[in-house]
Amino acid sequence: MQEQTSKALSNFEGKPNEVIPMLQAVQDETGYLPEEAIRDIADLIGIPESKVYGTATFYSQFYFSPRGKHSIKVCLGTACHVRGGMQVMDALERELGIKAGETTADFKFNLERVNCVGSCALAPVVMVGDNVFGRLVPKQAKEVLEKSDPEV
Amino acid sequence: MIQKFDTIEKEALEALEKEQNNDIPQIYVGCATCGNATGAQSVVQTIKNKLKKEDFKAEIKEVGCIGMCFAEVLVDVIKPGQPRVSYHGVTPEIAEEIVESYVINDDHRPDLALGYFGEGGPEDVERIDAGDVFKNQQRVILKNCGVIDPENINEYIARGGYRGLAEALEMKQEDIIGVLKDSGLRGRGGAGFPAGRKWESCLKPQADQKYVICNADEGDPGAFMDRSVLEGDPHSVIEGMIIAGYTIGSSKGYFYVRAEYPLAIKRLRRAIAQAKEKNLLGENILGTGFNFELEIFQGAGAFVCGESTALVMSIEGNRGWPKPLPRPRTTEEGLWGKPTLLNNVKTFSVVPQILSKGAEWFRGIGTEGSPGTAVFALTGKINRSGLIEVPMGIELDKIIHEIGGGILDDRKFKAVQTGGPSGGCLPEDKLHLSVDFDTLLEAGSMMGSGGMVVIDETTCMVDVARYFLDFTFEESCGQCVPCRQGTQQMLEVLNDICEGRGREGDIEHLLELGDAIIKGSICGLGQTAPNPVLSTIQYFQDEYEAHIKDHTCPALVCKNLIVYHIDEEKCTACGRCRKACPVEAISGEKKVPHKIDQELCTKCGICFQECPERFSAVERLTGKENLAAAARGRLTDV
Repeated sequence: MQEQTSKALSNFEGKPNEVIPMLQAVQDETGYLPEEAIRDIADLIGIPESKVYGTATFYSQFYFSPRGKHSIKVCLGTACHVRGGMQVMDALERELGIKAGETTADFKFNLERVNCVGSCALAPVVMVGDNVFGRLVPKQAKEVLEKSDPEV
Repeated sequence: MIQKFDTIEKEALEALEKEQNNDIPQIYVGCATCGNATGAQSVVQTIKNKLKKEDFKAEIKEVGCIGMCFAEVLVDVIKPGQPRVSYHGVTPEIAEEIVESYVINDDHRPDLALGYFGEGGPEDVERIDAGDVFKNQQRVILKNCGVIDPENINEYIARGGYRGLAEALEMKQEDIIGVLKDSGLRGRGGAGFPAGRKWESCLKPQADQKYVICNADEGDPGAFMDRSVLEGDPHSVIEGMIIAGYTIGSSKGYFYVRAEYPLAIKRLRRAIAQAKEKNLLGENILGTGFNFELEIFQGAGAFVCGESTALVMSIEGNRGWPKPLPRPRTTEEGLWGKPTLLNNVKTFSVVPQILSKGAEWFRGIGTEGSPGTAVFALTGKINRSGLIEVPMGIELDKIIHEIGGGILDDRKFKAVQTGGPSGGCLPEDKLHLSVDFDTLLEAGSMMGSGGMVVIDETTCMVDVARYFLDFTFEESCGQCVPCRQGTQQMLEVLNDICEGRGREGDIEHLLELGDAIIKGSICGLGQTAPNPVLSTIQYFQDEYEAHIKDHTCPALVCKNLIVYHIDEEKCTACGRCRKACPVEAISGEKKVPHKIDQELCTKCGICFQECPERFSAVERLTGKENLAAAARGRLTDV
C-alpha cells in the first residue's frame, strides 16, 4: 500500500494547489484513500492532515475504506428518477443486503448512487464497471448481479 | 497572421484529402458516452472485422453525439455520390448485415434504416433532416457534433475551425468585445449574463496575470450537453478559450471538468496537443507573440463547484466553498486573486463562429433579448430522448411534441422541468411559452444550462420537488445557515408530506422557508434551491393538498401513501406475482385468488409489473380509507 501511495505521489511537487490531483492519483492506484496517504500528502505539502482530510471529505469522489471488486452505480439523475430508478436501487439493496454507499462483506460489490451517467434514453440505468444496463425494472436486479459476477 | 493560418488550413485540407479516400464508403459510428453505453465500441469492432474478412475497403469514423440518443447505436453510411443513410438501434449482428447489404452491395435495407440526410435519398426511407426531429432544430453549437471525428483537428479546420481565432488575432481587444456585445450573446451556463460585458470587466483591470476558466463542471443531474460538446467538438471550446485569453490579456486557461467525464477529458487532452502542434495554442501563437497555455483540472464531485467562487477555491486546492459576501467579482479577483474570466462550455464554443460570421448573423437567430440557440438534453417520459439545439424563442410545445415525439406510451403530459435543481416545473398551460432566458424566469422556471425533463401523469410532483431538495441538501456546502439548515428543514417537511405525515400549514411553511433561503443564502446554490418546490406549489398545489389532507398520492408514487392489492375478481391465480415477490408476502394456490399480506409487503412494485396486462389484477390504491383498511388487514372491505 505504502509503495502504491509513493508511486502515485512521485510526480507531484508538493504545491498546495495539488491536493485534489494528489488525492485523485492515490485513489486511482489504491481504490480508496488510506489514512497513511492523507498523512503523506499533508507531509509533502507541509499542511496539517486535518486540512487534507477536510478537503477530501468535501468531495463525493473520494472513498475512505476499501471498495468492492465490482462497483455498482445506480443512476439517479432526474430522468432515471422519474423512470423508476429508486425502485431499482431498492431491489439491488435487497438482493445485496446492503444500503447505498456500502460494500458487501465479501468485498465483491459496492453499491452507490450517481447523478446522470448520460444515458438518459435508456433510463433507468445501472452501470457495473463499464457495462451499462438500461431500461431496468426491479426484478432484473438479480440478473444484473449475475451478469456482473459469475459467482453470484 | 491570416496568411499563416491560410497555410495551416491548406495543409489541413491536403492532409485530410490524403487521409481520407472519398472514393470508398464512409462509415460513421456515434461513439460518445451515450453510444458507447449502448454498445458502440463492439459495433465498431464488428464492422472492422467484417470489412477485413470480406477484404473490402471503407473508412470508419468514430464521431461524437448527433443527439438522437433514442436511436443509439447509430451507424451512418455515405457511399460515393450517395446521401448519408442512417441506421438506428444497431447491434453487432445488425452491423454485419449493414456492411454486407449496403456497404459492400447496394441494398440500403429500408427495414433497418432510420432515414437519410440531404437530398436524393431512396424513396422508401424518410429524409431525417426534413423530419420532425431536425426541421425545428438549428445547429450552431452542435454543428460539428456527430459529424466530424473529434480526434482529428484537420476535420475541425476543414469546417471553418480556428478561422475565428485567426481573425480575432488581427483585431483590437476592444473590438472583439464590441462584436460580442453587438451579438447579444448571453452566457450559456444558466443565468444568461451578457458575455461581452463579462469579458469587458475582465479586460479593464491591470494585472501581471489573468486567467480564463471553462466551467465544464456540469452538475445538473439529468443533463449532458456540455459533455457532448466536449466529446464531439472539443476544438470549438479550445478555440473560444484562446480567443478569450487574447481578448482579456491572459496567458493561462483551465478546463474545470467533472471527473465523471473520462471520455471528454481524453478528447480534450488530445485536442490540446493537436492545437499546440499546429501553433494554434502554446507559445507565439500564429507568430503574433501571444502565448496561451491550457490545463485540465478534474473536479472531484461537488455540485456547488459550478459556482464561480467555489470553482476557484477548488482549483486552488481547497474545499469548494463559495467566498462569503461581500465578495469581489471573479472578473476582478478570481483565481489566485487575479482577474479571471469564467464561462460555460457552450459560451466559449460559440464565440469563434460569432467572430467569423459576425454579430449580425448571431442576432439573426433567436429572439431580441436572447439571441442565438439553446442546447437541451431532452429526457424523461418522452419518446425521443436526446440532445437538441433550437433557436431561442421556439415554443416548449414544439420541442416536446414535435422534436421529442410526444409522451412515452401515449400517456398524458404533466410538466416540463428545466434548469435542474435550480429551476422549476411548468404545466401544460405554459407550453405555449417561448424558450428564452427571460420568459422562463418570469414563469417561475429558468433556462438553466440545458436539462429538460418531461414529466407525465405517473410522476408525483411532490416527489419530484423532494428529489431536487434532497439533491441540493446533500450538495449544500454547509457554509451558510439559510442553505444548510433551510434545505434540511424543507426536505423534512417534504418527506413528511410524501410519507403521510403532512399537516395543515405545511405549504405555507415551505413557502416561508423558501423565501428565507433565497434571501439569505450566499451563493447561487442556496438562492435557487427552493425553486423546484416553489414552482410545483405554484402550479400543482392540488397535489400537495391531496397528500396532506387525504393521504392521497394521485400519481400513485409515494410508497407510504399507496397499498398494493389484488382484485379477487380479476385474479386468475396464475402464481406469477407469488413467485416473483421477493419477501413472500403473497399467498394463494392454484385456482385460489392470491392475496397480499400488507404487513410483509415492502411495496417494491414487482407484483404490479409481473401481473400480465390482460389480467391487471394487481392494483395500487391510495387515500386515507384504503390505507386504514390495509392497516386493519381488511382491504377487501373497502
